[in-house]
Amino acid sequence: MKVISVNNLTKTFGTFTAVDNISFEVTKGEIFGFLGANGAGKTTAIRMLCGLSKPTSGTGMVAGFNIETESEKVKASIGYMSQKFSLYEDLKVWENIRLYAGIYGVPEKNISAKIDQHLQTLGFEKERETLVKALPLGWKQKLSFSIAIVHDPKIVFLDEPTGGVDPVTRRQFWELIYQAANRGITIFVTTHYMDEAEYCDRVSIMVDGKIEALDSPKNLKNKYSSKNMDEVFQRLARKASRDAD
Amino acid sequence: MKFFSASQEKLREMPIDMRQFLIFIKKEFYHITRDKWTMAVLLLLPILMLLLFGYAITTEVKNTRLAVYDPSHDKATEAIINKLQANDYFILSQILTEPNEIEKVFQEGDIGLVIVFGERFYENIMHTGEAQIQLITDGTDPNTATTLTNYAMNIISSYRLEILTTNNIPFQIVPNIKLLYNPQMKGAFNFVPGVMGMILMLICAMMTSISIAREKEMGTMEILLVSPMKPIFIILSKAVPYFVISIVNLTTILLISVFIMGVPIAGSFFWLITLSLIYIFLSLALGLLISAIVDSQLIALLISGMALMIPIIFLSGMMFPVENMPIGLRIISEILPAKWYIVAVKNLMIKGLGFSSIINELLMLSGMTIFFLAISLKKFKIRLE
Repeated sequence: MKVISVNNLTKTFGTFTAVDNISFEVTKGEIFGFLGANGAGKTTAIRMLCGLSKPTSGTGMVAGFNIETESEKVKASIGYMSQKFSLYEDLKVWENIRLYAGIYGVPEKNISAKIDQHLQTLGFEKERETLVKALPLGWKQKLSFSIAIVHDPKIVFLDEPTGGVDPVTRRQFWELIYQAANRGITIFVTTHYMDEAEYCDRVSIMVDGKIEALDSPKNLKNKYSSKNMDEVFQRLARKASRDAD
Repeated sequence: MKFFSASQEKLREMPIDMRQFLIFIKKEFYHITRDKWTMAVLLLLPILMLLLFGYAITTEVKNTRLAVYDPSHDKATEAIINKLQANDYFILSQILTEPNEIEKVFQEGDIGLVIVFGERFYENIMHTGEAQIQLITDGTDPNTATTLTNYAMNIISSYRLEILTTNNIPFQIVPNIKLLYNPQMKGAFNFVPGVMGMILMLICAMMTSISIAREKEMGTMEILLVSPMKPIFIILSKAVPYFVISIVNLTTILLISVFIMGVPIAGSFFWLITLSLIYIFLSLALGLLISAIVDSQLIALLISGMALMIPIIFLSGMMFPVENMPIGLRIISEILPAKWYIVAVKNLMIKGLGFSSIINELLMLSGMTIFFLAISLKKFKIRLE
């Protein structure tokens, strides 16, 4: 079952083509890595998929809804975590979960069970009443992820979720991602860490607004006769003519 | 389960939009109440400003030190000196014995007014009907000097009137300066409406725009825009807490001014509140407009500080009369919402005039509110595209 299908999606700003005619599909429960150098057009593409910006041309379906005409329904079926840390620092851990559960319309009667469940998954039972600003960065990122999936979305978009996080916490973060994928949540993730790209079921590599490669990490490594994803990425990204932003 | 638990039952039955809105408003209150310093400033600022403007920065002249040179020493001069002393405005601090001391006391600096009587003062009044009295003030501060001579003249005139009537001399017209509405020239009468205009604008426009800019700066706005919550609700729920704080501030200001500073609410209380509510909405709309344009808290602070606060202080007629300003500044003054509000508050509170006196101001303020609200909503939509 396809949860994302994109056909010839294009976004131009004046004469600049940020996203150039991309097409791809993502299957339910898949961990899809969306790679590309800075300025390759990843963020613009994600913004269109989340209903934040309208495509110049082309179509996209996310969770069964048209991204252009049904953006409100798209928004209700996805979760989103941005590269910037974005919880409320002056609210307690559980209040942050409570807030987003409410915004995403989780039924009132389920909310306290949800809070307990997420605190338990994170091992945060003791931090329930802690203000978020007192948590270490890695913990905040894990909490952000939990909150992005608090309403059991069909898809969760993670935009560089592990930026600046230590290796041990990154490992734990990916365990959370696997748990969510096992529950049937599709993961759409961008990252600059190529070891993380290896964890994905499939990856796409964007160069200058176009998708240059799309396959499983194993097939890509074979195709480009590389030892690891880092080499694959270097070969493709070197062709880029655009400056990083 | 303190958070939200009080209205748990009600929340369950609500449509999702309403629920999001309420949950979001509560979050806004937490932002404000958990930041103790901001909270303290928001609640104490009006009190502080009223006290500052009402007592410290005052144009009222009180307890001026007075020196007298009185070569006559008779019944009339003593009576006048007593009258001057009996007043709040003057304190007799020195009796001069020689005219050349006058210069000296001014140079020492603590004397504000010197009164010099002519010789044989009482005799002259009785026989020729004319007596000489000289008022000397320090002209380096012309405003104070004028105010002081006016006070002293009033007191002396009232004595003259007394003598003339007690001595059965036919009634004569004595020039008498009277200040309507604010007979004692109390500064508070002028500053209370001004402080109201300033505080409400400050809380509503500045705080609302900063709190929206903060969400943009922190990145939480992005998360909210990806969520199914309608952008208009995000923005409106930001305005609600500041609306509530403004009402609290309005109440504090009115209580302090009526019960502590003795400024009356002479006119219609109902229209005063209605007028203030319109002004609060106007200020909130301005805050939303600013936040639709800027992305950082600092810029929001600067714009609301420079573009809103400074003109209110200098051009709204609160501190300086606008009538004497060059035409350019008078035009700016005309488009300041605070100027219209302050004029209307003065009419209602101090002059005690009714609804008909503030129709123009009400229409102007309502018009401005709709205008700013329309542009800010439009701006906000454009940015979302």
